Amino acid sequence: MSYIDIIPVGEVGEPVLSFLKKGIFETFKIQTRIRNRPFDLSLTYDPARDQYNSNGLLLELINAPPPETLKILGVTELDLFIPIFTFLFGEAQLNGRGALVSTHRLHNQFYGIPEEKELLESRLLKESIHELGHTFGLIHCFTLKCVMKSSTYVEEIDQKSVRFCRSCEQEVLHWRNGLKEYGVME
Amino acid sequence: MNSQGVGILVVDDEFSVRDSLYNWFRNEGYRTDTAESGAEALKKLQDSLWDIVLLDIKMPGMDGMELQKHIKKIDNTIIVIIITAYATVDTAVEAMKEGAFDYLSKPIDPDKLSILIRNAVNQRRLIAENIQLRQKVEELTLQDEIVGESPQIKKILEMIDTVAKTDATVLIRGESGTGKELVAQAIHGKSNRRYFPIISINCGAFPEGLLESELFGHEKGAFTGAQYKRKGKLEMANGGTIFFDEIGNITVKMQMDLLRVIETKQFTPLGSNKVVNVDFRIIAATNSDLEQKVAEKDFREDLYYRLNVFSIQIPPLRERPVDIPPIAHYFLEKYARSMNKDVTDISPEAMKMLVQYNWPGNTRELRNTIERALVVVGKKNKIEIDDLNLLFHSKANPPGDSLEEIEKAHVKRILEQSDWNISRSAETLKIDRVTLYNKIKKYGLQR
Repeated sequence: MSYIDIIPVGEVGEPVLSFLKKGIFETFKIQTRIRNRPFDLSLTYDPARDQYNSNGLLLELINAPPPETLKILGVTELDLFIPIFTFLFGEAQLNGRGALVSTHRLHNQFYGIPEEKELLESRLLKESIHELGHTFGLIHCFTLKCVMKSSTYVEEIDQKSVRFCRSCEQEVLHWRNGLKEYGVME
Repeated sequence: MNSQGVGILVVDDEFSVRDSLYNWFRNEGYRTDTAESGAEALKKLQDSLWDIVLLDIKMPGMDGMELQKHIKKIDNTIIVIIITAYATVDTAVEAMKEGAFDYLSKPIDPDKLSILIRNAVNQRRLIAENIQLRQKVEELTLQDEIVGESPQIKKILEMIDTVAKTDATVLIRGESGTGKELVAQAIHGKSNRRYFPIISINCGAFPEGLLESELFGHEKGAFTGAQYKRKGKLEMANGGTIFFDEIGNITVKMQMDLLRVIETKQFTPLGSNKVVNVDFRIIAATNSDLEQKVAEKDFREDLYYRLNVFSIQIPPLRERPVDIPPIAHYFLEKYARSMNKDVTDISPEAMKMLVQYNWPGNTRELRNTIERALVVVGKKNKIEIDDLNLLFHSKANPPGDSLEEIEKAHVKRILEQSDWNISRSAETLKIDRVTLYNKIKKYGLQR
């Protein structure tokens, strides 16, 4: 059996992780589980920017996974950056194993407006599927409603749907069929 | 907008910057590569094609400014985006003066990067489209439909090349169907005005009032039936060329108006009180005897001299039979392709008939004859005499095959065409008058 592992990076509430587990399984039809493991966050903290280096966290995240782990999704409340960018909603390895998403800038509160739990969950699920999509080899899509459409504003995340467009869906299906063919997935 | 096929080269000495941008662009679907120095970037730029180069200003060795100059030498359509720290914004501004598209300050806001790259891709596409369209316009405008091997046609092509480079007014003369508009288009197509329109107006096709409105345009309500404001052809030709066909057919009043426009390059649309300034080149054509019209006061002398700055006389097809086979083949190929027919040749007998025919309608008639022949040719791959439909109205009167018989018939025809004007006939035949008299005597030709 192969799994998509959801790993909390720092403090992340259980209800959020369970919600993600369900949504990701429904999308990718691959067994999904929550796996806890310790992180030394201090190594990736940049006091000058008061942010955490996403590259470092991602490398730590994919380090020595169990053999049954197919993909890894790190979920964090931390504000992420990479040296060249001011911030990131998430990051993933194209055709690789690891992806990381941050809820920090998905909260309405971050923009000074009242919090909406359902909206936050919806944004988080979209960004999680989006980043995991990259690990399945999907690049940004230009279909307006496709979850693989690039978003640099939360408003753009709200505009797209939680689903893949037909073309991206086909690619994921192709991937899944390949996994079945090679006995990686039942 | 689609990123497919767009190549982005990231040049930065910092690994983390190269790596992050490389991953970002790959996720966006761009073809991406990185270089850690100016020298490596130049090698990659020479090895393959790149659309956008993201360039760090401060690098050891060759810096970004110097690299930008080299990039512009390799391909000045490549979009260069400068990456800089806050401290070097002045340098980035300097780089933009040198032709950089924009600059980004580190750390980069992902929103800004997204928008900037999207704009850069659009800009690059617009440049490429512009180049393609310009090439297409050049191909279309230089489409050489003036076919012929005779010395007269070669001379006309030379004259077109000479006059095209100037802004001189050209008067094209020739019988109906000789291709006066084609010559006008060739002049326009080789001129510096070729990216602007050539507007044709057939002066013989409009009654006076309508010609005025057609040329100058009108305001809404300028006259009964003027329901909308309409631009005139003079205004539409702004920047380009206006071609007055059948210029000999305009009324004296219109001649006066036209003369004023030619002199001032200004006019007032009908019903308007605003003067419109225009810039165009004038080419006119006629098959009438303008000198005769001037003598009879039917055509203004001052307008005649204004138009007749550079004159091109197109001889009728019958005076250059050597041009008939290449023109016939040209139309054969053209219409066979458009009708999707596998007709590749004209039989020797049919060609002989085409060469001997008088062609009163000139090249236009030859074109129509070949087009019609291709319709009736059926499944044959060659046009035969029967397909030509020239017999029932043909003025062809095969004189015989000997050179003497052909010469006699030809000299007789030229004399008849000029109403036995010896000087004009000798000029057409390119012989002196004495030689012509000798030939008249030799062949016993009589009026």
